[in-house]
Amino acid sequence: MYKIAVMGAYDSIYGFAALGLYTFPVSDTREGERLLRRLLENDYAVIYITEALAASLAQKLSRYREQVLPAIIQLPGVSGNTGAGAAGVKKSVRQAIGSDILFGNDEREGESIP
Amino acid sequence: MASAQGNPTRMELTRQKKKLVTALRGHKLLKDKRDELMRQFLDLVRENMALRRRVEAGIRAANRNFVIARAGMSEESLGTALIAPKQEVYLEVTRKNVMSVEIPVFACRTRTPDKNDIYSYGFAFTSDDLDDAVKSLADILPDMLRLAEVEKSCQLMAAEIEKTRRRVNALEHVIIPQTQANIRYISMKLDENERGAQIRLMKVKNILFL
Repeated sequence: MYKIAVMGAYDSIYGFAALGLYTFPVSDTREGERLLRRLLENDYAVIYITEALAASLAQKLSRYREQVLPAIIQLPGVSGNTGAGAAGVKKSVRQAIGSDILFGNDEREGESIP
Repeated sequence: MASAQGNPTRMELTRQKKKLVTALRGHKLLKDKRDELMRQFLDLVRENMALRRRVEAGIRAANRNFVIARAGMSEESLGTALIAPKQEVYLEVTRKNVMSVEIPVFACRTRTPDKNDIYSYGFAFTSDDLDDAVKSLADILPDMLRLAEVEKSCQLMAAEIEKTRRRVNALEHVIIPQTQANIRYISMKLDENERGAQIRLMKVKNILFL
């Protein structure tokens, strides 16, 4: 049995506790790194992380990109969408195809999905 | 590009020919693998983007609801309301093999059988905005789980496609031409030696019968 973790600033994540996900409020990078390490040692299959926190942990996160578990998924926080999550998807496309032919140049959302 | 590897011998020629056959077959197989992976990846990545947009929009709406809920309640009562969750979500993870890429498949289990068991508080001391907020978040949870699954699969497949593409390219542009050049070089050399031997024999015959 695996669990689901949510990490990020308290304001962005406290609601997820009601759903039965495990929330871990962290604010600064050091604490985030320590928490991430702890989560990886335990049975968390999915770790949702706010985009703001993910940005400061980018190097650590990229290491887990090609492992089957855990799936580390970025979500927008309460302060707004930075587009980092969508950028991650585009990164996959670029990696696989060589250039982003699908989501092209639309930096804003809602436009051309072919 | 007759690189100087190997002696121009029949044995080496056979070896190179075998290598060429293997390389050609490997190239064809890997190319097929790449094409199929690519086809599945494109479907998956489109779903990924659509899900992500839906989830992000859902979270934005939920966050707005939470801000409203928070405005109508004291910090303490909100904290108390959410401190002891009633529901817990577990995942059962199985792995699926898609063209030799292991991708995870999540099956969701909740602790209480009722999926709507998400209100971890009595309704007396909380505002109804909080109910709405929690509900709006609960509504996008299935999408969030699916997003996790799809996004992870995309990342894994992207990595595999990149690897396969490099292999295909290496075979197509390096190994196969090199082996072909080697074969040509060796067979030329062998032919040349044979002609040399023939001529030598003819010369010797001439000398002997003079």
